[in-house]
Amino acid sequence: MKRWLPPLLLVAALIGLWQLAADTGFLADAFGLEPFLVPSPSEIATVLWKDRSLLAENARVTLVEIVAGFFVALAAGIGVAILFHRFGFVRRAGYPLVVASQTIPVIVIAPILVVWFGYGIGPKLAVIALICFFPIAVNTLDGLRSVDPDTVRMMRSLDASRRQVFLRVEAPAALPQAFSGSRIAVAVAVIGAVFGEWAGSDEGLGHLMLQDNAQLMTARMFASVAILSAIAMTLYGLLGLLERRVIRWR
Amino acid sequence: MTAILSALGVGHSFGPLTVLDGIDLEAAPGEIVALVGPSGCGKSTFLELVAGLDAPDSGTITVAGRQDSRGRLEECAWMPQKDCLLPWYSALDNAALALRNQGLSRRASRAEADRLFRRLGLAGFERSLPNELSGGMRQRVAFLRTLLSGKQILLLDEPFAALDALTRGQLQEWLLPLLGAEGRTVLLVTHDIEEALYMADRVAVISPRPGRIVEWVPGSRTGAADRRQVVTSPGFNRRREELLGMLRLDPTPPDGPATAATP
Repeated sequence: MKRWLPPLLLVAALIGLWQLAADTGFLADAFGLEPFLVPSPSEIATVLWKDRSLLAENARVTLVEIVAGFFVALAAGIGVAILFHRFGFVRRAGYPLVVASQTIPVIVIAPILVVWFGYGIGPKLAVIALICFFPIAVNTLDGLRSVDPDTVRMMRSLDASRRQVFLRVEAPAALPQAFSGSRIAVAVAVIGAVFGEWAGSDEGLGHLMLQDNAQLMTARMFASVAILSAIAMTLYGLLGLLERRVIRWR
Repeated sequence: MTAILSALGVGHSFGPLTVLDGIDLEAAPGEIVALVGPSGCGKSTFLELVAGLDAPDSGTITVAGRQDSRGRLEECAWMPQKDCLLPWYSALDNAALALRNQGLSRRASRAEADRLFRRLGLAGFERSLPNELSGGMRQRVAFLRTLLSGKQILLLDEPFAALDALTRGQLQEWLLPLLGAEGRTVLLVTHDIEEALYMADRVAVISPRPGRIVEWVPGSRTGAADRRQVVTSPGFNRRREELLGMLRLDPTPPDGPATAATP
């Protein structure tokens, strides 16, 4: 419980300050804005409650996109890492491409994907997977390569097949790194989902934000942001829990 | 004697660096042969060549009638300097690793490992993870893993180097009767002269790089005898002095720590 107290206090203090600044009109004055454009935390909380079914419905859509896109990236990232680890020439040929995948500006590629594949879940999955792929692949590969060569030689001397070396030594050794890559990935997956929805969609929190933005419903926009951030933090936390359950030797 | 292991004119280099220069060595079944020499003289490299982890640049190594690397890999069990225990497996599963690799079920391999666990004083630590074990215990598990491979030829690379003098002496005392009963052939690389003389039937003295065998000295392997009695006997002392002279080291007092050899 003690571990949670400092961040909780800090967040509470920040929200309190914000509430104060919004209530007194200080924020709106400072930005030279109409007061209704600068919602206070209590107003956001009110919208969160009042529009809960609309928000939940759209949050569910976005959550499904995030989780599915993440799993696509997980499969691809781990697959590529294993392939690169097993075959040196594939790694040398493919590594620049993996790096390139991270340099593609997602915000530019998303609309193209929508033009090609339409308003369905496909383009969102592609955008999310593209963002998530890099940290998973690179971290898992580093994990696989971190194995002590003497341990592999010891295994060979004790009759291990290539497959047994992978399953008993390399894969477990790479697990911690694969997990940290996944945690980074899941945190940025939310950004991918929003970009994907902005590029073209008719549901989801990103889509809702666009509509609210057009109608100057700033309080509900903040509510969507709060939910998105809560989704990312929850997934991050769940992965951390899973990691601690799986990796018990540290 | 009919040798189970023989090396003939084995030479090896890493790039421009010649590490081994014509090693000739034979070991009879059940024999323990120690290799001593200064750090970097190539004794570890020689062991890895015998193990079949690499092929020598020149010369031949025959192990149980097999000359190719693959054959040697199948006939020998190599124990590296580091214990190389897998942190995600329990002590018992680590010891049983070779059996698992050979296709035995988890259950059968554990039962097999359990038999010897007690004899090495590891009872009660079957389910402990390696990071919960002391250095001496880790080394014993690593040794057990090597022994349980069932292979007749064991290649031990400074198996006790990481341990304090007291634990090292205890382990040596434990191991000798065990090796005797099992009748395994052992190549033991060490830079601890006392360890070599105490454990081995014969001791090969290797020159600084490029390594070659410059002298053979008889060891004092006596099986069940009390270690303290052996290492303080006049004969043992004389041979230690002799060996130290060959390696050009200052003699250490009988019970002092054995220091690493420097060229």
